[in-house]
Amino acid sequence: MGKTKRVITTAQEFSWKKFFLQWEWLLVLLFIGINIMNANLSPYYMNSSGLLTATSSFLEKAFIALPMAYILVLGEIDISVASTVALSSVIMGVSYNNLGIPMEIAVLICLATGTLCGFINGFILTKFKELAPMIVTLGTMILFRGIATMILKDQASGNFPMWFSEIYWGSIGNIPYMLIAFIVLAVAFGVVLHKTTFGRRVFAIGSNGIASRYSGIQVDKIRLLIYTLTGTMSAVTALFLTSRMGSTRPNIAQGYEMDAIAMVVLGGISTSGGKGRFVGAIISIFIIGFLRYGLGLVNVSSQVMLIVIGTLLICAVMIPNLNLGRFFKKKTAKTA
Amino acid sequence: MSDYVLELKGITKIFPGVKALDNVHFQLKKGEIHALMGENGAGKSTFIKVITGVHKAEEGKMYLDGKEVDFKNPKEAQAAGIAAIYQHVTAYPHLSVTENIFMGHEKVQKGTGRILWNQMHAEANELLKQLSADFDATTEMGALSVAQQQMVEIAKALSMKARIIIMDEPTAALTQRESEELYKITEKLRDEGASIIFISHRFEDMYRLATKVTVFRDSQYIGSYDVDGITNEDLIVAMVGREITQLFPKPEIKLGEEILSVKNLSRTGYFKDVSFNVKRGEILGLTGLVGAGRTEVCETIFGIEQKSGGQVFLEGQEVTINGPLEAMNMGIGYLPEDRQKSGLILDWGIGRNITLPVLEQVSKYGWINDKKEKELGKTLAEKVDTKAVTVYDLASSLSGGNQQKVVVAKLLASDLKVIILDEPTKGVDVGAKAAIYEIMGELASQGYAIIMVSSEMPEILGMCDRIVVMCDGRVTGELMGHEASQERILEKAMAKSNNNQG
Amino acid sequence: MEKKSFDIKKLTSSREMSLVLILIVLSLFIQLRNSSFLSITNINDLITNAVMLSILAVGMMFVLLIGGIDISIGSTIAFSGMAVALILRSNPGIPTILSFILGIIIGTLCGLLVGLIIAKGKVIPIIATLGLMNIFRGATYLIADNQWVAAYQLPEGLKAFATGKFLGINNMIIVAIVVYIIFAYFIKYTRTGRKIYAVGSNVDAAKVSGINIDRIKILVYSIMGGLSGLVSILWISKYASAQGDAATGIEMDVIAACVIGGVSLNGGKGTVLGVILGTVTLGILNNALPLINISPFWQDAIKGLVIIAAIIINTITQRTMDRNNLKRREI
Repeated sequence: MGKTKRVITTAQEFSWKKFFLQWEWLLVLLFIGINIMNANLSPYYMNSSGLLTATSSFLEKAFIALPMAYILVLGEIDISVASTVALSSVIMGVSYNNLGIPMEIAVLICLATGTLCGFINGFILTKFKELAPMIVTLGTMILFRGIATMILKDQASGNFPMWFSEIYWGSIGNIPYMLIAFIVLAVAFGVVLHKTTFGRRVFAIGSNGIASRYSGIQVDKIRLLIYTLTGTMSAVTALFLTSRMGSTRPNIAQGYEMDAIAMVVLGGISTSGGKGRFVGAIISIFIIGFLRYGLGLVNVSSQVMLIVIGTLLICAVMIPNLNLGRFFKKKTAKTA
Repeated sequence: MSDYVLELKGITKIFPGVKALDNVHFQLKKGEIHALMGENGAGKSTFIKVITGVHKAEEGKMYLDGKEVDFKNPKEAQAAGIAAIYQHVTAYPHLSVTENIFMGHEKVQKGTGRILWNQMHAEANELLKQLSADFDATTEMGALSVAQQQMVEIAKALSMKARIIIMDEPTAALTQRESEELYKITEKLRDEGASIIFISHRFEDMYRLATKVTVFRDSQYIGSYDVDGITNEDLIVAMVGREITQLFPKPEIKLGEEILSVKNLSRTGYFKDVSFNVKRGEILGLTGLVGAGRTEVCETIFGIEQKSGGQVFLEGQEVTINGPLEAMNMGIGYLPEDRQKSGLILDWGIGRNITLPVLEQVSKYGWINDKKEKELGKTLAEKVDTKAVTVYDLASSLSGGNQQKVVVAKLLASDLKVIILDEPTKGVDVGAKAAIYEIMGELASQGYAIIMVSSEMPEILGMCDRIVVMCDGRVTGELMGHEASQERILEKAMAKSNNNQG
Repeated sequence: MEKKSFDIKKLTSSREMSLVLILIVLSLFIQLRNSSFLSITNINDLITNAVMLSILAVGMMFVLLIGGIDISIGSTIAFSGMAVALILRSNPGIPTILSFILGIIIGTLCGLLVGLIIAKGKVIPIIATLGLMNIFRGATYLIADNQWVAAYQLPEGLKAFATGKFLGINNMIIVAIVVYIIFAYFIKYTRTGRKIYAVGSNVDAAKVSGINIDRIKILVYSIMGGLSGLVSILWISKYASAQGDAATGIEMDVIAACVIGGVSLNGGKGTVLGVILGTVTLGILNNALPLINISPFWQDAIKGLVIIAAIIINTITQRTMDRNNLKRREI
């Protein structure tokens, strides 16, 4: 110390090249492309009600994609989310129809169930750090849906009060409640991830868990919280989904985990952790949603949809790895 | 025939941004034990990997029995009779000893390719018997101790009929008795005609075994000497490159009251009954051989691992520390030994790395104030004189020494009383070393208590007020800085019992 | 398995032995509750049901050994089963043996694709197989045009295979035994087999000793695919039809069987014998629950619980072992 000093600047040089070589631009292009396609397929698409219908068709799943982004930033994965949706929904249905619990309370029970499911994942993963999230959530994926099946067998549970269907179908003016809820939550999740100490720590853990621990970050506490939150958000999806269908069964929400993971991964959030930006995930939620909707417009069967989403998922992970990524580099968490 | 079984001339190996080896030479005679010495980061390990075909040198030639060779992969080197026993044992923990010995050159039936287990087990047991090992070849590798695993690695070298055996710091994790066993085996191998390159930090190893010693420093070849003809001091000068005293700007500081003390601290399987204390303004050296349990003690104090017994006192109060965050809140900071793995997030800028432990300072209600954060990063990075242009420079783009400065800066951000530095100058170039010593001195004069873990004798002797020596998980001695000498420390570092505890 | 000097202590402490004990206790308990459990018919039933699971479990063991996972196998079975059934529908003259070969080829190609995406595309196994699970399933419906191939459209020979006997033993059991022998030999007595263990045990060391990691990965997923293809033909033979939703969720049972059989999910650890015992344990659970009046709707929940319990018990055992090792260290 002392003597002559080197000066380190805090000014960030701006480069147009860097600015345009961001993964998100590719997503924007894709998004525009899909909308042009959809507009050509249906004359009723390109107006506010058409777009809103399209949005409502997939938005319930997107609620899981929000916390899934956090889990992927941690470098982990949760494939039990769809089962959590089913279990929370079934327990809500049974609470109302079989146990005579008022619907208002049943809704809270739904949220509590999802939260508990997420907590169980997080608890096992933090108590037994040796275990891979993939395996633990695979186990709970079977368990949660298994419990749902145990409770409701092959029955359905419906007859919910009128107001409950308003959760999905209702709107303020033209704008569905669900869209408002989504926008609020998406902004909250995005801001927390990129602007707060909590989000910074999530990125730190995903980049280097050991160094994070040595830097005084309570890694396990954060992981537990995120898994629990994922459970809660799965229950939110359960609410909207059940409200839309008007009844629930143990086999609802099949394959939602893939959609949620695909949305996040396509958004440029790397499966190896520590990288990505939330805005990318949001754009790709709409890309995948509109794509599904558009394919639906031309009567593409749900089977082909499986193929398309599956391919999209694999390509989204693979393409940046194949070094084509040099052109559309996934932007790392803005390094300061 | 050449005089040398192995000769390397003008080897240069470049990694992106670093010259790991710069025009180095080496000559090995048949039936010789040749010590290769140098500080951490001097290029010894890279050199070994060039010989064994793991790395390919950009320049230079290698001769085996006078004939030029050019290994493209490890297999070719193995086929030529070169075997290496690496520093970190490269074993398959789930597989049997036999498989570990024969991996890659299994005995198979001609024609069918069927693995001949019984023959392999028998032969493995035969090899183990030669080495007087006390375990069976069917044992699972993971169940063995480090010393036993090393034995297996040697058996592997023997099974390949290696003529040249390279041992990379084999004694680092061994106890005194285990080292003695290893010496005997090494001598036996030599007597049977093998040539051995023995890499070590320990002067003890060199004196005990080698007849020749070659020294590398800062990726360069310094010289080769007869072990009988060189003094300790000359060797140190060759390794370090200067008289050791001139390096250490240790200021005279009046010691304050005791801040941290540990009493009979224990962790099952790692260390037992460790007691020492450190005062305000004091630099306490914690030394001993690698594997003596020093890092484990510090990690336990810092709350990374939990103690199994004993007490920790902070300013006279007994405290329980359940995790690094609690330790930091109490004023204890820790600079981990492996800065790349535990100290830094390599693909983050230095600014964000520095502020990571103290995000609270630059945020309000959890909201990070960007400007404040950058300023703090800048101030601290400048304070330790990091060689960087902006706070966005990636940690991975810095040299080892500058990376270390960033890790030090992380500590300075917190409000600390005690700073534990674990091997702070490991793999750091000379300039950065001096800078780190200077920072240490300054911190001590500001009233911090500093605990420095180090295996490097010169810095322990040069920087510390007091030196605690550990061996095999116990404190074996405590010396005042002025009464310490290399010999006295080594004697205690190798002591088996703790009868003479200070 | 290899002959070793008889060592009681080693034997009783092994995973396989404790599984056998659990099996005996479990069987006795069920037998006491319902005496039809240990009847010849039921045992035959149980084993033929477990056969397909255990063949898949052998393949899955290889995948888990190298630290991977494959949840696309249910879809691979459906796809290759459907593909072969469609070929048979238009060419009824194809002999049974050729159907098997076709099934194995198609399955292997599916597995090869999985392996290539994981090894060369560097996609993590769970994502790759999650995607392919859906792709193969979608493709199954697509090639069948959402229809299914019914019993009357399949050759008699193939349908008879599942119930047929050779030397008094059910053909399916024979196939399974052949598979066990081939792969037990492969994993224990060939260099390639040992390389699989090596990669799972320590990838870095395997690289240093010159093992081509990518090639091993591709091989392992291809084997998994090939075995799925084999099972797909057994499947259409047993159920005398090929359906788009065939074998949905079977990957969970297979992974469960491996976990119960002591295969480590972090790689490097597992034996064919353990996997077979794991399958039998799971088979008994599946078979016996109705016998002791537990609703079939409980099966999945119990299975999920068993998987979680098994991985947690594995972890605790490992921790205890490590702790004891530490305690043994003298200080």
